[in-house]
Amino acid sequence: MSLEQLPLLQQLMLVLAAVVLFTSFALLEQARLVAAIHAFAWQGVLVAMVTAIVAASGGLAHLFFSAALTLALKALLIPWMLHRLVRRLELDRHREPLRRPALVVMGALALVIFSYWLVLPLVQQELLFTRNIVAVSLAVVLIGLLMMVIRTQAVAQVLGFMSMENGLFLAAVSATGGMPLVVELGVAFDVLVAMILFGVFFFQISESIDSLDVDRMTRLTERAEDDS
Amino acid sequence: MSALPWVVFTPLAGALLLASIRRPQWAGWINVLVSAVTFLATLVLAFTVAEQGVLAVSMFRVDAFNVYLLVLTAFVGMTTAIFSRPYMQYVRDTGRVNRRGMRLYHAMFQTFMFTMLLALSTDNLGVLWVAVEGATLATVLLVSLYRTPEAIEAAWKYFILCGVGIALALFGTVLLYFAAQHVIEDPAAGLSWSALHAVAPQLQPSIMGLAFVFLLVGYGTKIGLVPMHQWLPDAHSEGPTPMSAVLSGLLLNVALYAVVRLKMLVDGSLANADTPHLAGYLLMGFGLLSFLVAGLFLHRQRDIKRMFSYSSIEHMGLMTFAFGLGGPLATFGALLHMLVHSLTKSAIFVTVGHAAHIAGTQSIDHIRGLIRTQPTVGWGLLLGVAAIAGFPPFGVFTSEFLLLTATMKTQPWFAVPLLIGLAVAFAGLFRHLHPMVYGAVPEGQQPVPANMLPVAVHLGLVLWLGLSIPGFLARWLDRATELIAGVPLL
Repeated sequence: MSLEQLPLLQQLMLVLAAVVLFTSFALLEQARLVAAIHAFAWQGVLVAMVTAIVAASGGLAHLFFSAALTLALKALLIPWMLHRLVRRLELDRHREPLRRPALVVMGALALVIFSYWLVLPLVQQELLFTRNIVAVSLAVVLIGLLMMVIRTQAVAQVLGFMSMENGLFLAAVSATGGMPLVVELGVAFDVLVAMILFGVFFFQISESIDSLDVDRMTRLTERAEDDS
Repeated sequence: MSALPWVVFTPLAGALLLASIRRPQWAGWINVLVSAVTFLATLVLAFTVAEQGVLAVSMFRVDAFNVYLLVLTAFVGMTTAIFSRPYMQYVRDTGRVNRRGMRLYHAMFQTFMFTMLLALSTDNLGVLWVAVEGATLATVLLVSLYRTPEAIEAAWKYFILCGVGIALALFGTVLLYFAAQHVIEDPAAGLSWSALHAVAPQLQPSIMGLAFVFLLVGYGTKIGLVPMHQWLPDAHSEGPTPMSAVLSGLLLNVALYAVVRLKMLVDGSLANADTPHLAGYLLMGFGLLSFLVAGLFLHRQRDIKRMFSYSSIEHMGLMTFAFGLGGPLATFGALLHMLVHSLTKSAIFVTVGHAAHIAGTQSIDHIRGLIRTQPTVGWGLLLGVAAIAGFPPFGVFTSEFLLLTATMKTQPWFAVPLLIGLAVAFAGLFRHLHPMVYGAVPEGQQPVPANMLPVAVHLGLVLWLGLSIPGFLARWLDRATELIAGVPLL
């Protein structure tokens, strides 16, 4: 069964999922923090749209609620909080270009291919659609992880973390029609609390090392102990 | 009326109460009281479960495996609360924490207990995930409580590493749910462990295998398995000592508990596949690696709390290995080891907290002559380390002996690295311990107010478990063994 034979709504979902993946790349490459936050907000909007489409096509009422929750949390509240923190920490003009952009993009591409390879076991004729979308979500998760590894700026790391969360949510919604409500609420609550704590930490870190470049925090390595 | 709601929700109520109390003196006592009520509730629960076998109420399910961990968790929580009251009072008097910090500390202590008990008692794997993530969130601000640059660095590392790890575990949970949907009709039951366990052989093996890899890496980060262990020594060494005691004694156990529960599902699903022991082999590999690497790292530590956190990684590695080995004997040994390790390690951290106050530093090089300055602390440390290093007649010896026997029976070659690892770890601990306990006393070193009751009780219990495991406990562990390994030992 080829992609064109899928129902129209599923095709639309695949397109949206692809755009989510695209925003992940945009997030990864973005040098300016404010622009990165905007890219993240758009990713949230897209994930909410996918959720709403799943809800509409499957007639799953509780997913409409999840879509609204995602939109409120990932597209509005968290970007707004980050925006405010960035302004209060006077980082709005902060630019931090990647050191080797070509290499990073190649790495991210490799992760996308790896994700497709990893979900190969799901190959079954009727699972074509699911496999695609699980692979895309896994790629979003892994690119978020990559972003946390290569970015040394705390706000950028948090964006990576949150986009991982988006990928997870996308997987849950599109592959399984959403987790049970109690789990979804718990996850949303955890994400919100995590965001608040991240905000607290931005201030603690910038107080402590006068910057949000977490690579400067090197007091606790095993090697440092030998030197002392 | 069932004791279950009391077990889970007493700490939550306590956390809310403690967040609103402004007087640190009262907060310490209330913390003890709440913990004691929780412990009593778990005891009642344990009796109920002993009579009925399995207690299942909506989202919760308590059987032989988790009930003993519930009792253990509440018990260690209670003794740590008893220890933390004068300890945190002392910390406040020395000006390292202000009033707001104390409020945060007490509220988060109980929140942490709530997440631990929820994670243990829930039947829903999604709620389990939420609770384990909640435990990170509750403790991360406590790691940075002293606001030193080191503490903030440790907390950030802890937050990011555990956040990433646990995100991977969520992906695994999603895959699990995906596999369940092809078998279980009711979407609400798709994450229920008992429902999944009942249909485990029908779950699609390829998806379950993939899910388990993600879940193991995710929860393994929390267990402190090498190479995802980087956060653990930092978080343990920089946070307040009562926190180190509960992190080491409880959080690691709960993460391991989650992995074992998931392994039971995966084993059921993979039984007829090409790689029936995939989960077991993965656990054995990660476990052995952690065990050996942590043993070596023990030697080069300069900070006393860091040293004991590496010892925790070593023991968690050993337990992970044993659960991976499977079979009734190894499982029984691992369950016993979870129990004795928790008791011993939290006792050690309590003692270490006092020792660090006596010396005014956590640096091993500057802690000297404890046994002369304050004999109770000195002896506590000596006996605690003897116990954790696996000396007879302590309980750790019994469980390690069982584990070694099981290894020799099923995979004799693995006994060699195990024995070498045990010797290396033993040497690592004792080369640091000896000068700390017996060395020359620095001038002007004074005893500090110390409450050694929790240590005495814990070590007494470990000694008792080493000499003779009481019948009811042995039966209890045996039922848990039967649940996990399929066959009872006794």
